[in-house]
Formats: sequence, C-alpha cells, structure tokens
Amino acid sequence: MNLDAKIPEGPLAEKWTRYKNSQKLVNPANKRKLDIIVAGTGLAGASAAASLGALGFHVDIFCIQDSPRRAHSIAAQGGINAAKNYQNDGDSVERLFRDTIKGGDYRAREANVYRLAEVSGDIIDQCVAQGVPFARDYSGMLDNRSFGGAQVSRTFYARGQTGQQLLLGAYGALSREINRGSVTLHTRCEMEELVLIKDDNGVERARGIIVRNLVSGQLERYAAHAVVLATGGYGNVYYLSTNAMNSNGSAAWICHKKGAAFANPCYVQIHPTCIPVHGDYQSKLTLMSESLRNDGRIWVPKKKEDAEALRRGEKKATDIAEEDRDYYLEKRYPAFGNLVPRDVASRAAKERCDAGYGVGPTGLAVYLDFADAIARLGERVIRQKYGNLFQMYQKITDQDPYHTPMMIYPAVHYTMGGLWVDYELQTTIPGLFAAGEANFSDHGANRLGASALMQGLSDGYFVLPYTLQNYLADQITIGHISTKDTAFDEAEQAVRQREEKLLAIGGTKTVDHFHKALGRIMWEYVGMSRNEQSLTTAQEQIDRLEEEFWKDVCVPGSIESFNPEMEKALRLADYFELARLITADALHRKESCGGHFRTESQTDDGETMRDDENFMYVAAWEYQGHGNKEILHKEPLHYEYAKVTTRNYKS
Amino acid sequence: MNFTLHIWRQKNAAAKGKFETYKVHDISPDCSFLEMLDILNEQLIHDKIAHPVCFDNDCREGICGMCGLYINGRPHGNDDGVTTCQLHMRKFRDGDEIWIEPWRAKAFPVICDLVVDRSAFDKIIQAGGYISVTTGGVPDANCIPIPKDVADRAMDAAECIGCGACVAACKNASAMLFVGAKVAHLSLLPQGQPEARQRVKKMVMKMDELGFGSCTNILACEAECPKQIKRQNIARLNRQFIASLFDGNRRDDD
Repeated sequence: MNLDAKIPEGPLAEKWTRYKNSQKLVNPANKRKLDIIVAGTGLAGASAAASLGALGFHVDIFCIQDSPRRAHSIAAQGGINAAKNYQNDGDSVERLFRDTIKGGDYRAREANVYRLAEVSGDIIDQCVAQGVPFARDYSGMLDNRSFGGAQVSRTFYARGQTGQQLLLGAYGALSREINRGSVTLHTRCEMEELVLIKDDNGVERARGIIVRNLVSGQLERYAAHAVVLATGGYGNVYYLSTNAMNSNGSAAWICHKKGAAFANPCYVQIHPTCIPVHGDYQSKLTLMSESLRNDGRIWVPKKKEDAEALRRGEKKATDIAEEDRDYYLEKRYPAFGNLVPRDVASRAAKERCDAGYGVGPTGLAVYLDFADAIARLGERVIRQKYGNLFQMYQKITDQDPYHTPMMIYPAVHYTMGGLWVDYELQTTIPGLFAAGEANFSDHGANRLGASALMQGLSDGYFVLPYTLQNYLADQITIGHISTKDTAFDEAEQAVRQREEKLLAIGGTKTVDHFHKALGRIMWEYVGMSRNEQSLTTAQEQIDRLEEEFWKDVCVPGSIESFNPEMEKALRLADYFELARLITADALHRKESCGGHFRTESQTDDGETMRDDENFMYVAAWEYQGHGNKEILHKEPLHYEYAKVTTRNYKS
Repeated sequence: MNFTLHIWRQKNAAAKGKFETYKVHDISPDCSFLEMLDILNEQLIHDKIAHPVCFDNDCREGICGMCGLYINGRPHGNDDGVTTCQLHMRKFRDGDEIWIEPWRAKAFPVICDLVVDRSAFDKIIQAGGYISVTTGGVPDANCIPIPKDVADRAMDAAECIGCGACVAACKNASAMLFVGAKVAHLSLLPQGQPEARQRVKKMVMKMDELGFGSCTNILACEAECPKQIKRQNIARLNRQFIASLFDGNRRDDD
C-alpha cells in the first residue's frame, strides 16, 4: 500500500495556491459528461454536492434520513472557527494553524491544517451570503465567542444552533442545485457496498455504490466517475454517545474492506460537558455546548464528605460554601482555565470522580456553575446566550440550571480517526474521496471545539471542488459508467448474502442488546484511559460477543420491507470489526496523545506523555479479511513550521 | 410507571391501518417518550408478539426534526416547546392510556406505522427557499452590517426544524407556518432581498400544488410548534405574497 500524501512543494503558506494554480481543469462541456456520487448530506456532503453541481458536474447525493436537512451536523451547537481577526485580538491564519496543530497534540498533517486555516475566512463569507443568521453585536457586525484551546475569540455562532444554521445554508445551496437538475437527491437510502471497476490500465477505481432503499428494502445501483464519502464518524460504536441514533460507521468500514486504509481509529474524542448517564434504558447522551465554558465554572466539592452527602441527596450544590469548592480546571490550568481543550477537561473530570469527589446519584458527574456569570451579567444575558441549551437541560433532567448548577460528565462525541486521505482528500482507492468527519485528516489526536464545522465546510466548499476536478480531468473520455457491469452484480449479491445471513439466525436477543454490550466493553476498556491490560481484555470480550451475536441475534421482519432492525443489525455487524481495529490501534500506540490516553505513558502530574521518537506517524491500517490482524502502514509526520513542544495549557 | 399504549399500526402506504393496544411496565419517569417506545419494541421482538413499531427518530436532542408523533391528540405530546424525543414520561401520570398516531395530512402519506413521508417540505424549499449564491466570489462577511434586532428576528424564524408539527396540528393541513418561517428568515436579511418577491411566489405555488391546505388563522400551528415559531411569520408571508402579485416592475423568469 502506497501512502503518498501528495503534499505540494513550496513554503507552507503557498502550497494550496500552488496546487490550485497547477491542478488540471475540466471544461464546462466535459463537466456535463461526468458523474459524481456523494454519500451523506451533512456539512461536508451537502456543501460538496452543491459546489460540484454548480460547477456543472452531475451529482447523485444520498442520505439515510427522510430529508438532507436531518444529517447530524444539524446538532452542532457552539460555533465555527475562522481566522477573521474581527475582534482585533491577535488572531491570524498562522495562529489558527498553530492552535489546531497543538490542540491535535502534534499528530495532524501540517499542510492540510494550514489549508484549513487558510480557507476558514471564506467559509464565513460564504455562509453569510447564503443567509446564515450569525450572532451580531449592536453595530451590526458579526460577534465572536471563545472556545477551548484558543486564547482569542474566533468562534462565529448562531445562538446554540450553529450547526443547524450552517447545515440549512448548505441544504439551501443543495436544494437550489436539485431544482436546477444538476444534483439528484435520494433520501432514505443507505450505502451498503462500494463498487470497484478496473480501467483499461488495470487500475481498480471507485465507480459506484449499492444502496439499500430503506422504505422498500430493495437494493439499487448507482454508477459514477468518482465517489465522495461524507458519512460522518463512528462514535456510536460506544452505543452511548452524543451522535444521532442513525449515525454509523458502516459506509466507511465498507470502503475499508474494499481496500481503503483506515487511519488512527483509536483517536476518539470524549466531550467533557454532556448530561450524565442516568439509566439502562438510555439511548443517547446529550451534549451541553462547549460554549458554556465561556461563562460556566467547573467544580467539585473539596471535601469527600460533601461529595458523599451530595450523592445521597442530603445536600444541594448551593449548600456547599465557596471555600469548600474545588475549581479544579482553573487551579490546574491557570492560563486557559475552564477553556482547556476537550481531552484535558474530560480526563480531569474523570480523575476527580475516580478519586471520590464526583456528584449526582451515580457519583459520575461534576458541576458546571453559572451563578457567577448570572451575578455578573444578569439572568437575561445568560438566557440570550444559552437559552436553548438551558431549556434542553431542564427538559431532560427536570432541574433549573438558572438556580442550581448543571451536572455534566464526559461522553463520546467525535472520532478524529477515519479513512486515510491524501492532500486531495483521496483515499487509497483511486476515485474514492472522503470528507468531513469520515476522513482523518485535520485534527490529529484531538479536535478543538468549533473546528468540525470548519473542516466539513472547508472540505466541501473549497477543497473537493478543486481536487475532484484534478482527478476527473483524466476521465473525460470514459463516458457514463454502466450499472450492468458484473462488478455491480457481485456487489449486490454480497449485500443480499449479508442480509440473508442475519435474517436466518433467528436468535433470542435483540440487536440493541448486543450493541449495548459492545458499548459497555468499549467505554470500560477502550474509553477515556486505556492500558495494555484493559485493551487485551477488550479484544477478548469483543471476539466473544461477536460470536454470540452471529449465533443468537434476532432480526425480525423480512429483507424487502421497511425494517429498521435490519438496518441496525447490518451496522452492528460492522461495529464489531471496527471495535477490534480501534482496540488494536490503541494497543499498538504505546504513548499518550490527545484523546488517546495510555496510563502507562503519563507525566508525574497525570498529563499525556507523547513518544515522538517512536510514534510521530499516522497509523493507516489495511484490511486482511474478517478476524485477521490488519497490516499497519505508517505515514511519518514532519513538522517543518510548527514547533513541536509538550502541550502546555498552564501558563 | 405503567402505561397502556394504543398505537397506529399500518404495514405500508397502501394498507389500511388500525390501532393496536400494548402495555409497558416499570418505566422510569426520566425515560424519554422514544426510549419508552424502544422498551416496547424490545419487548415485542423478544416475546415475538408483533413486529416492532416503526417511528422516525435520529438526533434525540430536539434539533434534527426527524421525530414526530401525534400523542393524545397533540403533535409532540403534552409538553410545550419540545419535540417528541424531548418529551419525558414524567409528563404523564402512572397508569395513563396513551394514543399514538402518525402525522395526518394529505401531503404527508404514511410509509409504515408512525412514519410519514415529508419530502413535500423539501420540494417547497427546492422551489426557491434559499438565496441563490454559488460557492466563492462573495463579499466579506462584515461588508453589510445587519442591525442586531433584524439578525435576531431572522434567527427566530430560522430556528424551524421542519418537523411538520404545524401541518399535523392544522385542521386544514396547511404549511403556512413552515413556509412563512423560511420566507421571513431570508427576506429579513439584506442578502435575501434580491429574490424576495420571486421566492415567496414560487414557494406558495409549490405548497398549493403539493396538496397542503389553506390557512384559516386558527393558529394551532403556533401553539404546537416545538420551536415556538411565531404567527407573525404567516402575516409576513401573506403580505409579501400579495405584494408579489402586484409587482409590475419585475418580470417572472418562469
């Protein structure tokens, strides 16, 4: 396997310009002859399809929900970063680049990250032109807030619904192209297989997909000159996460099985501020935006007896005197305080709870307190800034966060790992591109808050329209690809066999039963902290559970019908394999970095300790068949511009 | 808590549906309504009583707009300002009988059980519910200042999640609140001005074509909207639509 990142020559700040000046173009008449498939309608997928359609290509776009506007990007709350420096507080492209590289704990590719920072400003311009109602100040200018891992205010936001507004902007652009006929929309369709066809030179290229029509259960074939995967992350392997119920890793996993390398699967982001788990029946965890850390202060009691009384419900948070409160983030990280990056904040919360200072009925929660901010700014201002988040919290927990502190605990939120892509966002399969959370490219071992929206839109609006064109320039003489090719027959058959196999088991336990069990293994042993022993345990337990699944799962109904249980079973079958790869990756990376914390590799005060000498590379895995150990390929990381240091958020 | 559930079962669009009764026991008051249905489905699969009940859902945090059930005669149930996924069982009394139906509107045909086809909303947006800007070549974001109160009002309207509760609540199955919210969001902003007249006309015509009913100002839509979108958006829509009919200076491009 060849891991050529294809990074353009020249100084960092000129790479993207040089690329654009030298890439191949496709003339307007030829664009009409070229078809592109986009799987996923989130920020990356919708923005890519809209931009490519506007250029004149024909695009088929697919989503599993009933409308493209439902994609999980819609749930992003806090904001989107951009190096506009509207606040005159010292921001620049250079600084956004450095913050992102540092936030990712020096495990991201420099050239990609610089390009991301470079186009960040264009994203805001684009969104405003589309009518995204970003927050403004009284002069009518755009307002900003701060997010973790930065000392400037560069986050643009639309109340607590930034993802929704950005997605509706991209959805609008997409809808316009659908109306013009350049994009064809397919809803309630799930990608089940990638189709590869050899060209005249014997090179296997991504040429189509097989989808399951979720309403009829029938399989459908679509062919194209290139396939873009924008299907999001795989956080739901943990069962409980902040992801939507239907978010899943299967499309990416299917591509991996067909030959696309999977990079850094063990980099999973655990978000520090989520509503704690409260029962076995729980289906998902709800995020409370990182933006709350602008005004909320995180604390636990200083005394263990207070923590115990709080857990038993004998005391209320407001009963604890100021001097008996431990604002542990402010104390440990004076320079960044409550706004340390997510991995740091999550680990600190876990450390306090494990030490016996956790609150709430389960002891697995810390306080996020707005009393100071309300005293300083007044309840009206806080309501304006975070009203919808406070309402959401109140509806779920039945507690009023204006008068009692919120209780929060870390939860799985985002996956930095994903399909390996080069500078052009092309995977190791020619003609298969991956964008947004589905790829691994920009966040290293830890993503900074408000950077996912930036990356999704950067990939879709400003990167793929160039790099896909460069790829397609060689394809203009091919003509439309036929779905009658035998490769489509084989792919379709493979999907049918998987479905039939699942249906035939006729066991006694539901899909969710197994998914919950897998989630518990992953959270317990491959969660916020990992070590050799826990990871080995996880491997054994995953194997055992998978075996049981294939013997005893019950998938009711028929194949050719509306059958959500079948959808879930197909996804879970892939999660077992994915879980094994996450564990293997975590096991091989004997260092701590970003969200990946190996207890064997920590400093005296419990911070992550990297091993740059041995692990400064991207781990890209090659599939070797079910149950077999995957082959590790390494893409070394070179830092020519960013100074590699130990992350320090203390001073 | 224990509940008796009367749930609308319908195999597919062509089949005739009917209510079936099921019982659930030991439900925690902190359980969400959809989690309660998850528990029911686990039970149905496990005991092989019936096919699990199909219902749309995704984010389960009230923003994607995918879920939507008609619960005891109210879209999204008996709590104000929430979607079905944010409705919790503590809002019911122990032993309650709960009637669960899909959205009922000509423009939203039933697909299976409680799942309906809302693609009509997408079609209305595709008809013109956007600002026609292509990628790139746009001015700097701070080039046109927008007064804070205008931006805030645009945002109020833009909060619509497209769940369809307004249509379900309306005795005429009208989509005026949905269309009004989008028209208001875009026309309040200076960027949305150039196409404002065309947009409102195209969207209203599409809405009528797709079989949504007329508005008779009952305002059940406003009362039931989980995002509390205001009736003023309907007034704005009417005003702009009428103005667009008398606008002789612009020639329609279609």
